[in-house]
Amino acid sequence: MTAIDSSHSATSSSGSIATRSTLLGTIAAYLTASDHKRIGRLLISVSAIFAIATAIEGAILGIERISPSSSIVDADIIVQLFSALRFDLIFSVAAPMMLGLAVAVVPMQVGARALAFARSAMFGFYLWLFGVILVGSSYLNNGGPGGGNAEMVDLFLIGLGLVIAGLLLISTSVATTVLASRRAGMTLIETPIFSWSALVASVSMLLTLPVVAGAIIYVAVDHAYERATFGATEGVNAWIGWAFTTPQIFIVAIPTLGVLAQIVATMTRGKQPLRAGLLIGVGLMSTAVIGAVTQSSQTVNFSGSANDVLKSLIPYLFFNHLPILGVFIVLGLSLLALKNERAKLNAAFVPAFLGVGMVLTGMIGGSVFRITNFKLANTVFEEAVLVYVCYGVVLSGIGAVAYFGPRIWGREIPSGPVLGLGLLGFLATVLASLPYFIAGFADQPASVANNFDYSGPIWLWNSLVGAGHALMALVVLLFFAIAAKSFRSGTVSSATSADLFESVNG
Amino acid sequence: MRRPALIVSGFLSAVSAMLIGSMLAIWLDFRSNAPLRESTDGGKMLRDWLPENIKIPEVATNTMMMTFVITCVMAQWAVYSSRRNDSKHASLALGVVLLTEIALINAQLAIYSQMGIGVRDGSYMTMFYAVTATMLVIIVVCMGFTLLALFRSIAGRAGDLDLVSAHALYCYAVSAIFAALWFVVYVQK
Repeated sequence: MTAIDSSHSATSSSGSIATRSTLLGTIAAYLTASDHKRIGRLLISVSAIFAIATAIEGAILGIERISPSSSIVDADIIVQLFSALRFDLIFSVAAPMMLGLAVAVVPMQVGARALAFARSAMFGFYLWLFGVILVGSSYLNNGGPGGGNAEMVDLFLIGLGLVIAGLLLISTSVATTVLASRRAGMTLIETPIFSWSALVASVSMLLTLPVVAGAIIYVAVDHAYERATFGATEGVNAWIGWAFTTPQIFIVAIPTLGVLAQIVATMTRGKQPLRAGLLIGVGLMSTAVIGAVTQSSQTVNFSGSANDVLKSLIPYLFFNHLPILGVFIVLGLSLLALKNERAKLNAAFVPAFLGVGMVLTGMIGGSVFRITNFKLANTVFEEAVLVYVCYGVVLSGIGAVAYFGPRIWGREIPSGPVLGLGLLGFLATVLASLPYFIAGFADQPASVANNFDYSGPIWLWNSLVGAGHALMALVVLLFFAIAAKSFRSGTVSSATSADLFESVNG
Repeated sequence: MRRPALIVSGFLSAVSAMLIGSMLAIWLDFRSNAPLRESTDGGKMLRDWLPENIKIPEVATNTMMMTFVITCVMAQWAVYSSRRNDSKHASLALGVVLLTEIALINAQLAIYSQMGIGVRDGSYMTMFYAVTATMLVIIVVCMGFTLLALFRSIAGRAGDLDLVSAHALYCYAVSAIFAALWFVVYVQK
């Protein structure tokens, strides 16, 4: 069974040669790692860096939209920034952060000797990283969906394909670990709830990301041979845009439920009431897969005849509201477990709980977005939904690192900063999203930074959003700096790897 | 351990099925939205999807379909032999699977050659090359799997049932996926 990783600082007893060889050795060790904790740490660290960059992108866009009649940033760059924000939130931040947590934690939870196909997961990490770099390069050179440079648009599609391939490899490793490497006697029902959520999320990604890849192949071949069957450069978004919106984005948020339920279950040190309900709740959230693979949005319009309303209402409810029901079930059962008088509150619970709250708010916003009577299509409302879900994932990631980190790396993170930064992160998420819920109803157009107008305090909503993104960048930077310092030289933790499990049998 | 290779093969099969499935779904969507035209004999209205001057070489496509059946039978023979620790027959079976996969690639290239169409020539051609080339890549992945199982069998690990079973599962999945593609692209046109 994998053991707690005792961190030790790199020491150099004599001269720069020893220091350089230790540094080179560390780099080489990370490049060729097959240890799941190391791979997980790489994924979480790099996605945290991308989270800071993404939040800065959001801040720039918010500031740019304060005054629609003037512009600070060039118009071409603005178009790329809007697209980059959507891509980065999902594929550079939320998905790899949750997968990194799964890679680090799941083998220890299920009692495996190692992550299944660890080198494949490591290769997946490099594919993902290289893909993100290619996508970033394409954005910097006027690529991306709707970009003006055709070759850079091709580069964007190739980069996105590599990102998807990388995420698929990592998901396969995680899912195989849960299914094939559990310790003897552990049935799937007895699997710790975070591992269950990691399994569900991984399988969901394995089912939906290839559908994106299929569309990318068609668009890439069509675009590379200068045909316009798929709408040329402008059509890229039409064919793969569904991967950047609801319900597809719910899939990357599935592990947030596992994080919350895991923290609550081990906090209470007692049997989780209606544990099977937790498993069902997590599974319900994965019904988003069915909506995603249709590659279309399920909307409802309440102004038609009763028959027409009913025909659109049933798929609308099924695809948009079933995942929400799953979140409510997990939240409800987690709060029920907290009624246990033996419950000992953990600072990590706060960001984890608030993270799920933000994801839920985004999901509810997503279902409102699909009611066509509100006329929210092509407004900033959709951007707010995306930010709520993805920043909710980041908050949950903060809670997870604060909770699982000491149990894996053997050193404590101080509770005060976790609590404070969790609350600040919550404030940042609300600031970065809620104003756009309001501005969406006021018809502020999406992906437009200049030459728009509507009645209302345009400057207020956009400056709040800019401030929210800037605050989130600060929160992520501070938290991961504190975590890095604590895991290297913090207080030795009294928690053990046994604390990774909840009591299944009482 | 609960047969991790078989589980990975299951996931790989699902990924391949979703990939080709999504491409076929988009293909069908384009086909159903194509405008109507009159057939050359003036007898009926057809979807203007497959250009009139293009003929699908049905001998090659049907041969591919039948070759997949042989591939599946040989892959299952490898499992049967592996279960009995019979490395000679397991290696032979896997070798035949490899040969059939080479034949499949050869047949697909022959189809391209006989159709004589360019990828830029039209919407149908671009999408045709995209979906069939993706299928070709999936066959190449299966070939890699076969090579891995073959080398392990030759090296004496014929009793490694997990990997040989996983290989057989993937062969079945690829055959089923090709059957869907064959029906939609080559039969229904």
